[in-house]
Amino acid sequence: MKYESQKVALYYFAAAMGLFGVQILVGLLAGTVYVLPNTMSELLPFNIIRMIHTNALIVWLLIGFFGAAYYLIPEEAETELHSPKLALIQLGLFVFGALAAVVGYVFRIHEGREFLEQPLWIKAAIVVVALMFLYNVTLTVLKGRRTVITNILLVGMWGIAIFFLFSFYNPGNLALDKMYWWYVVHLWVEGVWELVLASILAFLMIKMTGVDREVVEKWLYAMVGLALFSGILGTGHHYYWIGTPGYWQWIGSLFSTLEVAPFFTMVVFAFMMVWKSGRRHPNKAAMLWSLGCAVFAFFGAGLWGFLHTLAPINYYTHGTQVTAAHGHLAFYGAYAMINLAIITYAMPYLRGRAPYNQTLNIWSFWLMSGGMAFMTFALTAAGIVQTHLQRVMGMGYMEVQEQIAMFYWLRLGGGVAVGIGVLVYLYAIFGPAREERPVAVAGGLQAAE
Amino acid sequence: MTERFTKAAARNIFYGGSLFFFATFVTMTALSHNYIVNTSTDKKGLTEAVTRGKHVWEKNSCINCHTLLGEGAYFAPELGNVWLRYGGDKDPEGAVMALKGWMAAQPSGIEGRRQMPQFNLTEKEVEDLAAFLEWTSRINTQNWPPKLSG
Repeated sequence: MKYESQKVALYYFAAAMGLFGVQILVGLLAGTVYVLPNTMSELLPFNIIRMIHTNALIVWLLIGFFGAAYYLIPEEAETELHSPKLALIQLGLFVFGALAAVVGYVFRIHEGREFLEQPLWIKAAIVVVALMFLYNVTLTVLKGRRTVITNILLVGMWGIAIFFLFSFYNPGNLALDKMYWWYVVHLWVEGVWELVLASILAFLMIKMTGVDREVVEKWLYAMVGLALFSGILGTGHHYYWIGTPGYWQWIGSLFSTLEVAPFFTMVVFAFMMVWKSGRRHPNKAAMLWSLGCAVFAFFGAGLWGFLHTLAPINYYTHGTQVTAAHGHLAFYGAYAMINLAIITYAMPYLRGRAPYNQTLNIWSFWLMSGGMAFMTFALTAAGIVQTHLQRVMGMGYMEVQEQIAMFYWLRLGGGVAVGIGVLVYLYAIFGPAREERPVAVAGGLQAAE
Repeated sequence: MTERFTKAAARNIFYGGSLFFFATFVTMTALSHNYIVNTSTDKKGLTEAVTRGKHVWEKNSCINCHTLLGEGAYFAPELGNVWLRYGGDKDPEGAVMALKGWMAAQPSGIEGRRQMPQFNLTEKEVEDLAAFLEWTSRINTQNWPPKLSG
């Protein structure tokens, strides 16, 4: 850590991890309701559980992105943050808003559209928080060195704020509502969030492999270029069956197939950089999370997305457990893992210790990733059976669900592994910072950053 | 990544290309907006009751268990065509009656079966909800879903 103000990232990461815990706990509860449906069914019905599960996810990822930005921007811009105090006020507001939303949900206070359940005043507070963030980091970047990483990160963050504004538009016409709803949801996760992901990944690669910045920056442009060229019109794969014109089936199929390309490029990029440098960074866990992120994003967002993105296939699989399988692995691989990677990388600096608890952290990687992979396989199998029975044979929904009950038990098993992995991870990064034997940083290599 | 391919070129391709694709996307959604309002949905049938029904749908966050046109939570049946499953296209009054009965009977309390909460909707709210589901069932969805089962 070279700049004092980077320290604010520590508070962001702590808050993000707290909400991560909430998300996983509530997720485990949701998985339990799938197999034991009477669990808390009157106290906390499934619609409220799921609302908390998805909202906690989105908010912790965003808090993680903010934290990552506050950590890496001073280093990239080579200057202190414009205002660390404003950053902390921003965090306080955001966490307050998030907790207020969760408490409100429990008491059935929400706006009720999927993922955009936040009451109006919380939506407004999110905009205020985003503006505070953008003001702070934009001024920091303007007064310091400008790099491609900060530029792309800022474009991504501005995009997040701008597209969120569509959440305020809720027309009475359901088809219109759905079309613009995707302006937030798709253009976030299959658009501007990929910019944030790629720039954090690029930062980690520069820091850990020491490969020349010029090389990394060209790759970064290639990744984000592919992401937006494919992802923007790739929105069309949500416009097949919601009352939008038929031509979206062609555009959506073509461009969303191309959405695999940026993720494939990320895999090639990450492994090329590591292979080229030949340097072993002492924080092996951070390296594992970074490479794992590229691979799991490729599988979860790339391949599992492609699995059901072609219109003739999607006609049958749309809105089945196949979608749930894809959603889980994509969010984990692309966005949860990039956060866990930057946190693993930054924590030793933020806490002023050499890389510690590496073994535990690496264990948590395999527990979480193994659990998520298993969950994805279980849900995919459930989805394929469901698709056949319900969409081809025309069997009723509830009957079909009984036929695939076993897969929900398997999914819950995967979820438990993830839960244990999260506990191990939290202990590894926040627990006692035992100095491990210094790994060979010396030995002729220049000190890693 | 050869030397000839400069960083400035990469940057220009990225920003230029993204703007191009975004402009294309906005144009196409504008056309789709027009198509939705005038062609694929029932403009005249979009009554106050339908709008109120949509609000009932949102206020109780039905989407976080059910799906509607395939979007939602996959925990409970698809409702985009539930009006047709209830036979509302042939006997609208019967379908509304059936919906009222269903809503009043929740939760079933049956052990081992997924529970739908009791939302305590007024009679008028259920009627509005029915109007909303009826209107939704008539959206031109390119023949989705493939079966009546949703």
